[in-house]
Amino acid sequence: MDEVLIGRVLTGMTLGFHIIFATIGVGVPIVFMVLEFLGLRKNDAHYLTMARRIAKGYTVTVAVGVVTGTIIGLQLSLIWPDFMRLGGQIIALPLFMETFAFFFEAIFLGIYLYTWDRFKNRWYHWLLNIPIVVGSTLSAVFITTVNSFMNTPAGFDFEGGELLNIDPLAAMFNPSSWVRVFHVVVTAYMTIAFLMGTISAVKLLRSTHQQDKSYHKKGLKVMMSIGVIMAALTILAGDFSAKFLHENQPEKLAAFEWHFETEERADLVLFGILDEETQEVKYELRIPWALSFLADNSFDTEVTGLNDIPEDERPPLIIHYFFDLMVFFGMYGLGVAAVYFIVKFTKRWTKLNEHHRGLLYLYALAGPLSFLAIEAGWFLAEMGRQPWIIRGYMRVSEAVTQADGLGITLIAFAVLYTVLGITCIYVLLRMFKGQSAEADQLKWYGESGNVYKGEGGRLS
Amino acid sequence: MSLDYEIIGITVLWTFLYLYVIIASIDFGAGFFNFYSKLTGDDNIISPIIARYLSPVWETTNVFFVFFFVGIVGFYPDTAYYLGTTLLIPGSLALILMSIRGSYYAFNSNNKESKLSWSALYGITGLLIPASLSVALVISEGGYIEETATGIDLNFTDLILSTYGWSVVFLAIISVLYISSGFLTYYASKAEDKRASDLTRTWFLIWTLPTLVITQFTFLGLRSHNYEHFVSAQNYWYLFGLSLLAMLVAVFLIWKRRNYGTAFIMIMLQYGFAFYGYGISKLPYILYPYININDSVVNENMAFALTAVFVLGLLLLIPSLILLARLFLFDKDYVKGNKKS
Repeated sequence: MDEVLIGRVLTGMTLGFHIIFATIGVGVPIVFMVLEFLGLRKNDAHYLTMARRIAKGYTVTVAVGVVTGTIIGLQLSLIWPDFMRLGGQIIALPLFMETFAFFFEAIFLGIYLYTWDRFKNRWYHWLLNIPIVVGSTLSAVFITTVNSFMNTPAGFDFEGGELLNIDPLAAMFNPSSWVRVFHVVVTAYMTIAFLMGTISAVKLLRSTHQQDKSYHKKGLKVMMSIGVIMAALTILAGDFSAKFLHENQPEKLAAFEWHFETEERADLVLFGILDEETQEVKYELRIPWALSFLADNSFDTEVTGLNDIPEDERPPLIIHYFFDLMVFFGMYGLGVAAVYFIVKFTKRWTKLNEHHRGLLYLYALAGPLSFLAIEAGWFLAEMGRQPWIIRGYMRVSEAVTQADGLGITLIAFAVLYTVLGITCIYVLLRMFKGQSAEADQLKWYGESGNVYKGEGGRLS
Repeated sequence: MSLDYEIIGITVLWTFLYLYVIIASIDFGAGFFNFYSKLTGDDNIISPIIARYLSPVWETTNVFFVFFFVGIVGFYPDTAYYLGTTLLIPGSLALILMSIRGSYYAFNSNNKESKLSWSALYGITGLLIPASLSVALVISEGGYIEETATGIDLNFTDLILSTYGWSVVFLAIISVLYISSGFLTYYASKAEDKRASDLTRTWFLIWTLPTLVITQFTFLGLRSHNYEHFVSAQNYWYLFGLSLLAMLVAVFLIWKRRNYGTAFIMIMLQYGFAFYGYGISKLPYILYPYININDSVVNENMAFALTAVFVLGLLLLIPSLILLARLFLFDKDYVKGNKKS
């Protein structure tokens, strides 16, 4: 393999692994914020216990998120030193702000996890959620602006290989920032809501603790409610993205859609197999004129085709498959959540219960599939701007390190991620295995639901 | 009016690095002592104390480091090119060690029952991380990087055989044990746990002599490696003198079992004086002789934005850190273990 490819695989692997934990990091705080709110508002220890159990598991994933985040932060300079030398002139600000946001979150998360019973007024503890949610969401916002800059650079003049007249804010709030930030944040919230819904559904399907049934049913309802809202927003975000790409990165949209000829009334291609030589697509599902409509709400919109893009600036065509997967898996969550509510509100007449086993299996798939949609979406976004590292200014091949040893580094990190991933799952499974939610509730809140007892930080 | 951004930048970064050295040393050393006490069977005395301190703050430690490297690339983008290229292997090694440590700390403290092998993983990696990170400081003294027509090369053989390099590595390891045992003595005595504080006090006294010896060694190593820097360090002899004085006071207090809090402040001053003395005498070079703070600082607009964000960020962070410290460091009931989260 050549160095550029190893560098790309290594970066892709680190990001692919980090995204899982980063998404958890952005999405979970909002979930326990809502649950703790419901618990205090309704005075229902079920919700409080749920918030606390989720927060407990979250600690473990945060650890992996923090270390993989540190890795990618440094790997940018280790693998792509020339990129950071040039880009560092500009992306320093959002990177710096991301660190602040994360710092802020880390401090309050530490406080949150170890002060469940230290406040007389329990709403004070709830208030700690605010800096956590703000911090975790803002770090996603800032880091997404860095990535947006790489896609749609702005805020400088480029003369003789140097960046001049730099405007840090214009670079940060570059044309694609808003669209991408919105997309990243709502999909993270959605994915985590469905992930938690998956846990509830699985627990209802094969519950070793029968007494937990009503607890998991409550959980499922909350998660489906958050999920359905966020999934609807996700579709809106996807629509914004398509329109944005049409305006600003037509080569990416064209590659998504295997759209070769510039034309009006362009078709939307779903699935299919491409013969790259003849540009012929087989076995596809073709929705006439839909691409034009998607691009600009009018069938008469002319959509740029790949043949009008210089050959050495075209993204790889494989990204169409990622596009299909992202859209399909993204829609799945919305569909399932919709089914949940339809069945729930019509059960008086249909006699079909929203906790029917068949439906539980469907809900259980929503979490994993949403994660696959996130992964597919990032592969799509990142491969879609190849061959550029900073679109229009620096190619990936110009940015890779000249140092020896990239191959061995790749192997070492692959081993590391495998070990961390497996241990993380092992610890999470064991953490909740023999322990029913009712037992935790009794331990923390007693019979009355008003006693608060914690477990001290344990390290043994 | 023109602000000297290159000076602001380096001061900010050096301060974060200093704070990281202190905080991470406590963190890494505590992990090692936790593992060591399990081997000797003293873990029932000391592990609960360590856990009470570490659990709420461990994530914060890492951020100081991230701050430093994001900041240095931000203020001096050339460092990404030179250090990024040369540190691929040592940097990746440090990252892998940090990942193992960070993850297994959390895995072990959240697992149903703790595993000795997991304690060993984060205990031992904790000592190796400062050692591997200190390679960056060694390289920054110059002499290991060659600039060729095609790019830059790191001379591995020279680096591995370097006396100066090894003295810095051992300085890092010994400092971790010295600083953290000093802190744990203070924390245990605050918990009014006499057995624990006696144990950590012994650890501290054991590491006093090696600390003194290795610092002298490092100076001698610097003399043979980068004589220019060695000479310029002598212009700041008073800072190193104050450092030694602070160390003597700290050791005296702990030996006499008095004022452990003041003693720890003295330890911080000891490292503070030495660290800033080293840093000031190194200027204007970040990486000798390629990166000089005066000609590699980021463009003015970005430097201004970074400085502004930094000030605003501190306004947010300092009160939060004080809150964290008040809840878990200075709350006597919590430290004693009476308030279990």
